[in-house]
Amino acid sequence: MKPAPFAYKKARSLEEAVALLGEHKDARLLAGGQSLIATLNMRLSAPSLLIDINGVGGLGGVAHKNGKVELGALVRHAEAERSELIAKYAPLIARAMPHIGHTAIRNRGTLGGSIAFADPAAELPACLLALDGEIDATGSKSKRTIRAQDFFKGLFETALGSQDVLTAIRVPAASKDTRTGFAELARRHGDYAIVGLAASARADGKKLSDVRLAFFGVGATPMRARKAEAALANGNIDAAVAALDLEPQDDVQATAKVKKHLAGVLLRRVAAQLMEAR
Amino acid sequence: MSALDISLSVNGEAVTERVEPRQTLVDFLREDLGLTGSHVGCEHGVCGACTVHVNGEIVRGCLMLAVQCDGATVETIEGLSDSGEIADLQLAFEQRNALQCGYCTPGMLAAAQDLLKRAKETKIVPSRDDIREHLSGNYCRCTGYQAIVDAVESVAQARAENKW
Repeated sequence: MKPAPFAYKKARSLEEAVALLGEHKDARLLAGGQSLIATLNMRLSAPSLLIDINGVGGLGGVAHKNGKVELGALVRHAEAERSELIAKYAPLIARAMPHIGHTAIRNRGTLGGSIAFADPAAELPACLLALDGEIDATGSKSKRTIRAQDFFKGLFETALGSQDVLTAIRVPAASKDTRTGFAELARRHGDYAIVGLAASARADGKKLSDVRLAFFGVGATPMRARKAEAALANGNIDAAVAALDLEPQDDVQATAKVKKHLAGVLLRRVAAQLMEAR
Repeated sequence: MSALDISLSVNGEAVTERVEPRQTLVDFLREDLGLTGSHVGCEHGVCGACTVHVNGEIVRGCLMLAVQCDGATVETIEGLSDSGEIADLQLAFEQRNALQCGYCTPGMLAAAQDLLKRAKETKIVPSRDDIREHLSGNYCRCTGYQAIVDAVESVAQARAENKW
C-alpha cells in the first residue's frame, strides 16, 4: 500500500525538532525510517507531519568516556557493526548487530530509532536492559536520563513523552572480566526473533556474578528472568533452565509452549557463551 | 500536502523534480523517472525487490522517501546494467538459471554487486554462507536460491582470479 498524505519538514536543530513536536501533536520523528515507513506504507499510522532529524548535528558518533560507551541516536546499525570501539567496549551490541535486519536495513536503521520504537521482538532494547544501560532524552523543558529498566513500559510504549527526542544511549564499558552472550531464533536470518536472549555477566573466578538475562519476543517488553539469573550465577545450567520465570503468550509465530521451550534452548547456548574464557 | 523540490543524481544524470512527501524512492524512480527496473514487492521492507544503491550503499527503495534523497547519488539496476559493471553477474545468472520470472532479479543483482564491491576492498572471496547471509534480505519465489548462490559464487571467484 501507499502512505496516507503527510507534510515533511527537515529539522535543523534539536530545539527545532522539539518545538515542532510541540506544535504538531500527531507528528512523528523520522530517523532511519526502517520501521516507521513500513507502518506508514501499511497505514498502521498516519501522522500529519514527519520531522526528519537526519540532518540534526550532535546526534551521531560513538565515544568511550568515563567508563561508559555512548552511542548517538543517529548511529546507523551498519556503522555500529563496523565499529572497533563497540566491538571492544560494548561486545554485546556487536554480537547482536548481525541479527538485526539485513544489510540494506542496517545501512539506514538507527540505534536510537530501534530503542524508541521498542518492538518487543527487537534485539537492541534487550541488549540495553541486559547491560543496565541508559537513555538520554531532550524535551521542551529539560534533558533527562532514563535507565533501561524504567524505559520500556509496555507494547511499543516507552518513558518518552510526546515532545521528547531520544538523543543517545549509554552502556557500561566492558572490562576484561565482562562476559556477554547473545542468541535468537528466527524463521529467516535477519527477521524479528521468535525468541531471543541478550545476556551479560561478570566472571568471578570460575563463577559468574551480576548475571543479567534479557529475553525478547516473550512479552510486551524485554524481560529479565531473575530466578534463572540466580541459578546461573551458581553455575547450574539445568537449574537455570528449570527456573525460567517467563510467561510468553501465543503469537503468529509460535505458541507459548514452543516459546518457553525455545527460551530454554537459547539459555543453554548463551550460558555456554558466558562461561567461555576470554 | 505541499510538494517539495528535490535535486539528486540518478545513474549519473542530474535530476530535479517536485515530489509529494509521501512518495517512496522506488515509486519516484518508477513513476516519475520511468526507471521500472526496480520492482515493488511487499512495500514494507521484507522482500528486497526494490533494492537500489543510495550514496554507494544498498537500501530498500520502499523504506526511504524521495524527499530524503535531495542531494543524494542514486544508482538503479538500469545504471548498474548500462555501465557494464555487472555484466558478468548478469551472464552468470542467465547461464545458471538463477532467475525464472525475474521479479526479484534487479534487487538480487544490486545486493550481490554490493557484496562483491566490499569483497574487492577486503580482497576476501565471500563464502557460500556469506553470500546467503548477504542475500537473506532478498526473496526469490522461483529458484530456491541454490542457482543464485552458484552464480554469485562463480563471479566472486572469477573476479578474484582476475585481480578484481
